[in-house]
Amino acid sequence: KDRVFNTPLCEQGIVGFGIGIAVTGATAIAEIQFADYIFPAFDQIVNEAAKYRYRSGDLFNCGSLTIRSPWGCVGHGALYHSQSPEAFFAHCPGIKVVVPRSPFQAKGLLLSCIEDKNPCIFFEPKILYRAAVEQVPIEPYNIPLSQAEVIREGSDVTLVAWGTQVHVIREVAAMAQEKLGVSCEVIDLRTILPWDVDTVCKSVIKTGRLLVSHEAPLTGGFASEISSTVQEECFLNLEAPISRVCGYDTPFPHIFEPFYIPDKWKCYDALRKMINY
Amino acid sequence: MLTAAVSRVLSGVTQKPASRVLVASCKYSNNATFEIKKCDLYRLEEGPPVTTVLTREDGLKYYKMMQTIRRMELKADQLYKQKFIRGFCHLCDGQEACCVGLEAGINPTDHVITSYRAHGLCYTRGLTVRSILSELTGRRGGCAKGKGGSMHMYAKNFYGGNGIVGAQGPLGAGIALACKYKGNNEVCLTLYGDGAANQGQISEAYNMAALWNLPCIFICENNRYGMGTSVERAAASTDYYKRGNFIPGLRVDGMDILCVREATKFAADYCRSGKGPMLMELLTYRYHGHSMSDPGISYRTREEIQSVRSKSDPIMLLKDKMVNNKLASVEELKEIDAEVRKEIDDAAQFAMTDPEPPLEELGHHIYSSNPPFDIRGANQWIKFQSIS
Repeated sequence: KDRVFNTPLCEQGIVGFGIGIAVTGATAIAEIQFADYIFPAFDQIVNEAAKYRYRSGDLFNCGSLTIRSPWGCVGHGALYHSQSPEAFFAHCPGIKVVVPRSPFQAKGLLLSCIEDKNPCIFFEPKILYRAAVEQVPIEPYNIPLSQAEVIREGSDVTLVAWGTQVHVIREVAAMAQEKLGVSCEVIDLRTILPWDVDTVCKSVIKTGRLLVSHEAPLTGGFASEISSTVQEECFLNLEAPISRVCGYDTPFPHIFEPFYIPDKWKCYDALRKMINY
Repeated sequence: MLTAAVSRVLSGVTQKPASRVLVASCKYSNNATFEIKKCDLYRLEEGPPVTTVLTREDGLKYYKMMQTIRRMELKADQLYKQKFIRGFCHLCDGQEACCVGLEAGINPTDHVITSYRAHGLCYTRGLTVRSILSELTGRRGGCAKGKGGSMHMYAKNFYGGNGIVGAQGPLGAGIALACKYKGNNEVCLTLYGDGAANQGQISEAYNMAALWNLPCIFICENNRYGMGTSVERAAASTDYYKRGNFIPGLRVDGMDILCVREATKFAADYCRSGKGPMLMELLTYRYHGHSMSDPGISYRTREEIQSVRSKSDPIMLLKDKMVNNKLASVEELKEIDAEVRKEIDDAAQFAMTDPEPPLEELGHHIYSSNPPFDIRGANQWIKFQSIS
């Protein structure tokens, strides 16, 4: 009862509190009810948590801090219960950002985040809380951070996503195989920051085409970072421009949600256009 | 449309045929004096008056408004369960005396801003039941054209409807600053809940309002539970009216509409005279859970809800006052109930059948830009225009 407790409603306070606990060396796991509410705590995370080790010359650090937060669209969340803010945090050196795609992944990644000696933000896709069912071992196990996973091997196109979107592009890969005879390599990025550049680039060198998809708005979304790095590293291997299938540049809508999200049809369409480039 | 709605509510009484009015006025008195509970005071020498006069006209008006809000919230509950309303829906039945009492204590030119439990205030600020229900169902007849939903409804001098807890505190202080700057003798009511009282930005708003003597009335609607956490488990001090520290405060019985009205008038006069902000804590209760996905009984007992309903229901209290003092008869009030029920049913019918906003509006009103520009998005081949 004294290890898990409710806090009053103050995100900035909650995260600041967690940073303080972590600085003394104790493990702190702070929960922010929805990722949309993490913004009052943004200053604490970016200016305090991320920079503690750097500014104290490694004398102090808040590495034992993990922040968990439900993330992503859920079908009826509207503006403030559906956001995916990973791109805001990806811009901040000093923290790690992780997004699992399934219960098995979630347990391993969360335990890794807690043990990791850097402050981590763990975004949990809320739509999967009740939708995803999997066998999860009872004993603790770790899944390494900053390692993307290739969940389907292929040779024609690379598809990259994280969280809920992984399931969407997996379906798209199956559709592409069946209808177009195109073999897709599906990668779950898992850790957004620092992201596994090698796995993605190795895959693009093999296939020559890349499609990145996420629910967050297109401009400044994390797909732009991936796109930029890949074209730097693999320019001569690319057969077609890198495709980004993301949410529109609007606040997350209430009634328009089915049109806003990058569903499998939009991804499939983009993939088709890339194949025929 | 706004003035029509207001006048419809106000003239509800006078719509009876002339002969019946004559007979009716013989049986009823025009007004009655009531004693109301004394408010707890903080940093104040004297508080609002302990007696007040309620006229028959006002009484009927308040009764109708409270009953409309109650029925509207229950209808929203029904529509949500039928899946016409999706998303989040925070109902305020049980708290009707707060909205109607607050509105009775201020002028329509004053400003109000509140949290997401806003449907009652939307109605008292002049929106029709029809536009509220169709905003909930996301149709184009809604007050925000279907794009806002439950938590984002706006009207003239009513700034919403805010989803983020506590975010409306500094906004309310800002509105008050504008009132002071423009010198128009208006005040701003900034409402928030017992959960939000623990947010940092509320303290920041208190500080700025007190520092610059802003005509801002901070109102804490204390319904004893912040979502599922009772106030004892969330706050170091549950005397929310004292939390303003250097701001004088009042604790008001939020279930008695006359108490709320007098306290609001008192606070509004205080602010209008330039003495700075004031804090009001309204002790109230919500019957439903935090939102429609919360059954509301895992953190409190059914007996508690029942006991509040039977002892301090705001509509029942007003009804008893009026009937016992011959301001109205039970039959007359029953007639008002029937009228209200019909209005709500009509509005619900409209809300269920009105078409949804057209898809082109997905990109509208993001910026205030002159040339419409294309919204980049899900793929490069479907674009929406941003028009404002």
